[in-house]
Amino acid sequence: MAIFIGEQTRLVVQGITGRDGSFHTRQMIEYGTRVVAGVTPGKGGLTFDGAVPVHNTVAEAVVEQGANASVIYVPARFAGDAILEAADAGIELIVCITEGIPVAEMMRVMLFVQECGARLIGPNCPGLIVPGVCKVGILPAQIVLPGRIGIVSRSGTLTYEIIFQLTSAGIGQSTSIGIGGDPIIGTDFVDCLRAFEADDETDAVVIIGEIGGTDEQTAASLVKEEMNKPVVGFIAGQTAPPGRRMGHAGAIISGSEGTAAEKVRAFQENGIAVAERPVDIVDALRAVL
Amino acid sequence: MNIHEYQAREIFRSHGLPVPDSVLAESAEQAREAAARFGGTVVIKAQVHAGGRGKAGGVKLASDPAEAGKAAEAILGMEIKGLVVENVLVAAAVEIATEAYVGIVMDRTSQRPVMMVSPEGGVDIEEVAATKPEAIFKEAIDPRYGLMPHEATGLAYRLFSDPALAKQAARALAGLWSAYEGADATLAEVNPLVSTPEGEVLAIDAKMNIDDSSLFRQPEIEAMRDEGAEAPSEQRAREAGLSYIKLDGDVGCCVNGAGLAMATMDLVKYYGGSPANFLDIGGSSNPEKVVAALEIITEDPSVRSILFNIFGGITRCDDVANGIVEATGRLDLDVPITIRLTGTNQKEGVKILEGAGFEADTDMDRAVRRAVEVAS
Repeated sequence: MAIFIGEQTRLVVQGITGRDGSFHTRQMIEYGTRVVAGVTPGKGGLTFDGAVPVHNTVAEAVVEQGANASVIYVPARFAGDAILEAADAGIELIVCITEGIPVAEMMRVMLFVQECGARLIGPNCPGLIVPGVCKVGILPAQIVLPGRIGIVSRSGTLTYEIIFQLTSAGIGQSTSIGIGGDPIIGTDFVDCLRAFEADDETDAVVIIGEIGGTDEQTAASLVKEEMNKPVVGFIAGQTAPPGRRMGHAGAIISGSEGTAAEKVRAFQENGIAVAERPVDIVDALRAVL
Repeated sequence: MNIHEYQAREIFRSHGLPVPDSVLAESAEQAREAAARFGGTVVIKAQVHAGGRGKAGGVKLASDPAEAGKAAEAILGMEIKGLVVENVLVAAAVEIATEAYVGIVMDRTSQRPVMMVSPEGGVDIEEVAATKPEAIFKEAIDPRYGLMPHEATGLAYRLFSDPALAKQAARALAGLWSAYEGADATLAEVNPLVSTPEGEVLAIDAKMNIDDSSLFRQPEIEAMRDEGAEAPSEQRAREAGLSYIKLDGDVGCCVNGAGLAMATMDLVKYYGGSPANFLDIGGSSNPEKVVAALEIITEDPSVRSILFNIFGGITRCDDVANGIVEATGRLDLDVPITIRLTGTNQKEGVKILEGAGFEADTDMDRAVRRAVEVAS
């Protein structure tokens, strides 16, 4: 059954007629995702690629096409409102790919999303994929393999690297999810770990963290207290200098907080085997399975 | 983005914080004139994007204009944490009765701005947090309503028991919130917020960090960017849309994606090497970005080996390959290049590179090991 998405997912693409939105919509449809609608204000009534009805609002897409999940590819200055619109329309799962939403705006958006009872993944994330079933976002489909390992990560291409390592070693995945590199994100490690723990189709989890914040430390405590499934980990940014933002808005060591060393220590102290190199994830998993 | 103290003081003042007058001086002469205008003792402060200015000798008191000129002369041109002091701030010195800390930070865990105050001001607040956490008082602010008056009052009384002082402090806290919110800051702090023997509350220092993602709607703050405070290579990278940070090593790294870029640097170190930089070319497929990246890396004289690590997703391997071929044709390269390409359009990319006489690996671990070997 995997986590958060699956055969039940009826997706609306916000920003479907844009450059990124149209490209990735085609990829998602090709992969088998049920894209039931698109939204671009002013383009309501059109049909995307002769197959997907386009609406002016998410609310219309919900009423007329029964959309229950959305993915957002709109530019940063409109993306915060796009999240609000999806939540307001009753969408249950909102995946925001867009990078660069102001932090102050995201804090307000999060409060509204929570009030609406929606789940937000991202922003600034690659989305998620259930191999062979459904993908929402931009993860490259050619590298995944159906299987029983859950992957959760703050990164994009580093996640692809680790999926690729597993797939090359013949280890398949149940769901791979990128939660995003921003300081304020909707779904965190803890949410994903709990979902994987409850998922019948997942046997073990790979958690990929990086410098900045304390989410990995919180996740490590949860693994010890609540999880029976084995978890292995990797932390990026051992060589990152303090006080500098390493690409991702959230990847910054502030003062003495958020270093790779403290995250590695938190993982190890709570029973998460830490791979030194991305390639070592394979052996770490084999050791616990 | 960091802004200077003198800029933060301007912003704070415009939001009603009690910030004493100050003047920015570029020369000892200007500092002398400013001191003469203020009369009495002045404080001269280095304007650089670095903490610990006082400890580094970047803050001096001067009792008359001649002394102010001398102090400015000593501070101007001084290096603090690798940054050269180009300007000093001159302000009338204030007699201090008490020193408090007040600040607002974006708190990732609670996903709210958190206001922190402490009567133990004038020292490093992280140190207070470590040694005397009970002296720090916090209030999470609901971003929809802002700092509520009773919250400001409650925190103000943590700093001062005298109602006259507490009222002034509450107004200062309201101003601090207004500045934080108005400027899209991720940090706004006054350390110290002082009271004078005459019963005045004054903000005699100012610090702000601004959310980079908000700069599109903060043109006045974007204009405050001090390009001199940025390494020239980092400035060029920013203008080219690249995320680049110069480091001390000799293996130049060019990677797509921030997480993979960090993991690549870490792997360089794992194999006994040392990364020369962090560089994320982003998700774009524009060969021009690759050209700019290679130019920036090769301008660093300590680079002895260049490593490309590309995992194609949105980024297409053939675009990166074209960029590498184009850039190496344009530049006079005498540094070995190791290339790892995999993912979207890998075959096309490898073909382009091989046609131009490059080898392309598909394995990250092997490529990094090779790049480290050829650097030594």
